[in-house]
Amino acid sequence: MTDHLLTASGLTKDFRGFTAVKQVDLSVERGTVHALVGPNGAGKTTLFNLLTGFLTPTSGTITFDGKDITGLQPENIAHLGIARSFQITSLFDNMTALEHLELALASPTGLGLKFWRSERSLEQFHGRALELLDQVGMADHATREVGQFAYGQKRAVELALALALDPQLLLLDEPTAGMGIDDVDRTIELIIRIAAGRTIVFVDHNMHVVGSLANRVTVLQQGQILVEGSYEEVRQDEKVITAYLGQAHA
Amino acid sequence: MSETVLESPKETRYLLDPAARRSRMIRRTVLLAVGLIATFLLPWMIYPPVAMDIAAWALFAISVDLLLGYTGLLSFGHAAFWGSSAYVTGLIAIKSGLPFPVAILGGMLAAMIIAVPIGWLSVRRAGIYFAMVTLAFAQMIYFVANQWKDVTGGENGLQGVPSNFFGIKLVESDSFYFYYVAVLLIILGAWAAWRIVHSPFGRVLQSIRDNPARARALGYDVEKYKLAAFVLSAGLAGLAGGVFAISHGFVSLQELDWTTSGKVVLMTVIGGMGTLWGGPVGAALIVLLEDALATSGFDGIGIITGSIFIVVVLLFRRGIWGTATLLIEKARKAIVSRKRS
Ligand SMILES: Nc1ncnc2c1ncn2[C@@H]1O[C@H](COP(=O)(O)OP(=O)(O)O)[C@@H](O)[C@H]1O
Ligand SMILES: [Mg+2]
Repeated sequence: MTDHLLTASGLTKDFRGFTAVKQVDLSVERGTVHALVGPNGAGKTTLFNLLTGFLTPTSGTITFDGKDITGLQPENIAHLGIARSFQITSLFDNMTALEHLELALASPTGLGLKFWRSERSLEQFHGRALELLDQVGMADHATREVGQFAYGQKRAVELALALALDPQLLLLDEPTAGMGIDDVDRTIELIIRIAAGRTIVFVDHNMHVVGSLANRVTVLQQGQILVEGSYEEVRQDEKVITAYLGQAHA
Repeated sequence: MSETVLESPKETRYLLDPAARRSRMIRRTVLLAVGLIATFLLPWMIYPPVAMDIAAWALFAISVDLLLGYTGLLSFGHAAFWGSSAYVTGLIAIKSGLPFPVAILGGMLAAMIIAVPIGWLSVRRAGIYFAMVTLAFAQMIYFVANQWKDVTGGENGLQGVPSNFFGIKLVESDSFYFYYVAVLLIILGAWAAWRIVHSPFGRVLQSIRDNPARARALGYDVEKYKLAAFVLSAGLAGLAGGVFAISHGFVSLQELDWTTSGKVVLMTVIGGMGTLWGGPVGAALIVLLEDALATSGFDGIGIITGSIFIVVVLLFRRGIWGTATLLIEKARKAIVSRKRS
């Protein structure tokens, strides 16, 4: 029997009559890297928002690690072990990279509520924070404010932040979007490295990225699952070629 | 425009380097010393009750800055906490004859208790809706105080609030000495605000201000943090309002009026949001201006403060303190780089 870390059944999201996600059944096997592809507007980001509690599904259920997490708040889902990165880089521009990681690492400890402690108490996380920044190649920029970073550097900090929560499941929304070829390859290597012992679901339009990383691919179109299978299976699927790949290669 | 030309002074805010850390420490100590000296000299330079007003409004403005500058919440109903505490402080002082700091503590606790349900309902709203909900609750409290004449004295206010301090009536005997006792409470409040802002909690508040969705994805319960900040802020506003009540010896409905909420926001913005020092600067400016204009018989104070507000909002978005620190930092950098070359 396969061990599913995440299962969504009949997941549906209506935005005032427009159904962005329609009856989606998705199972993610523990320890695998699962790609979610599909044209713009297919509902991939909406699906991520449903899985992480940023949106409440109109109907359907989500099970994570045997628990029903449907309708939980994002912060609770984060504590259960699902971390995400955002498609549009989402950081605190006035904070340094190091401060970002301190914040992420302090989150499960409850230190954040201690208004009577000195902020120097956050320094206990420096060691781990620098390790994580080193992993994404940003250790040299630890004490710079992220507002000054180049796009690729911001994406790297996003990734480090998601990793800092030490999640069982990592959801990455277009981790390589807008990157140059070198950064894309570096990110692929990085994701391969962090995939050990984790389950990852990612969205990406770059078929090179999908092919290099994914054990399994789900194709979404107009909010519905079109096909699911291995990269090779999906790539050769007639429906996919007409609906998505053909269009993307054109 | 000017925002993009000027470099951020917080560039090396995170200091691993011991030398940089020491220089920050020196800067902070000097500022603190200057602030304390100014606080202690104030009643020598101006009429002591006016000095006391500045100190009370300064802490009130700091309490607003904690929400506006550090959490990104514009409360337009903070008179509810300042005023409620003023009434409760006054009532405790009149009815029990306890030392005034105890009465003020009672007022402060009352403000925090009221802040729990108000905060609980308002932090669920963002932006202008948050401001409107806080205003609505403050108006409700004003209405209750106005109706509940047996307790609050209605339009006559609460008269004859004593300033007992272990057998001496401080304000009545000498407002100069009262200042020195009461200002210790204000300093304690300001220190608490500083502690909160520079704590792990303060760091989370700033992350919520800058990007609430990201804070939630990191596992922070944004509403819980906002509520905690709201209640702490109400406590500081209450502390300030209690001092104000004792210092004046009476409490009027004006303390609960929406113009009081507006005035403290004005002070905070003029002084500089998100700086802690800005509140006191704005408070001193407005209180002194009001005092000068009132003694000269001019009654168009609103026009003057309103104009200052407009100028600050349009030209110096960082307020007086924020702009001054930015210019000093720029000058310092220029000197350092000239020395190097
Ligand atoms: N909050 C929202 N309100 C209304 N429509 C939305 C909202 N979020 C997404 N949509 C719509 O849902 C569809 C799917 O969007 P999205 O999930 O962002 O697609 P993808 O990430 O696959 O490009 C789009 O047509 C988008 O306009
Ligand atoms: Mg998307």
